[in-house]
Amino acid sequence: MKLERNKRIKKLAVWTWTWVATMAIATFGPEFIWDHHPFLTPFAIIVNFANGILMILANRDLFNHFDELEKKIHLESLGITLGLAVIFGMSYSLLDTTNLIRQDAEISILVMFIGLTYLTSTLINSRRYR
Amino acid sequence: MKNKIRELRTAGNMTQEDLAEIIGVSRQTINAIEKGKFDPSLPTAFKMSKLFKLPIEQMFFFDE
Repeated sequence: MKLERNKRIKKLAVWTWTWVATMAIATFGPEFIWDHHPFLTPFAIIVNFANGILMILANRDLFNHFDELEKKIHLESLGITLGLAVIFGMSYSLLDTTNLIRQDAEISILVMFIGLTYLTSTLINSRRYR
Repeated sequence: MKNKIRELRTAGNMTQEDLAEIIGVSRQTINAIEKGKFDPSLPTAFKMSKLFKLPIEQMFFFDE
């Protein structure tokens, strides 16, 4: 069971890091590597998108390998994360549209918020069942 | 729900890790079941019933 688990975790880690790498290439490539080439920019975005899909499939694969308690912990964490992401995202957008913050609302802030919320809620939920 | 999984496990000289491996769940799940913090699914309860050779109602007690 542990070997299977580790295999799936490694697979998810590989697809996550390649997704981050292809995201960096698609973001900085047009300006610093291929000088806004008309074919390479959309190609890099498509590769990044496809990589993202494979990352989601690897995550689903790992999730399906969880036992019943782990599934419950992660499901609760996902619910909390989804709810908070919607509330935080809308409030953050309102702060921008009402000019209460100086800078524009950035999607990267929301992505970081989602990641941290999921991590925190998973840790808290795991402690509850110790 | 209360249960006597810990007593049955220790009587069988098993660690939580051993029981988890046989049932096909994590050690944390066995620990949570023993402490009454988590109620197992029906398939897990049946696996335990088969392992300890006891009917489910003699292992798990509904706490009203």
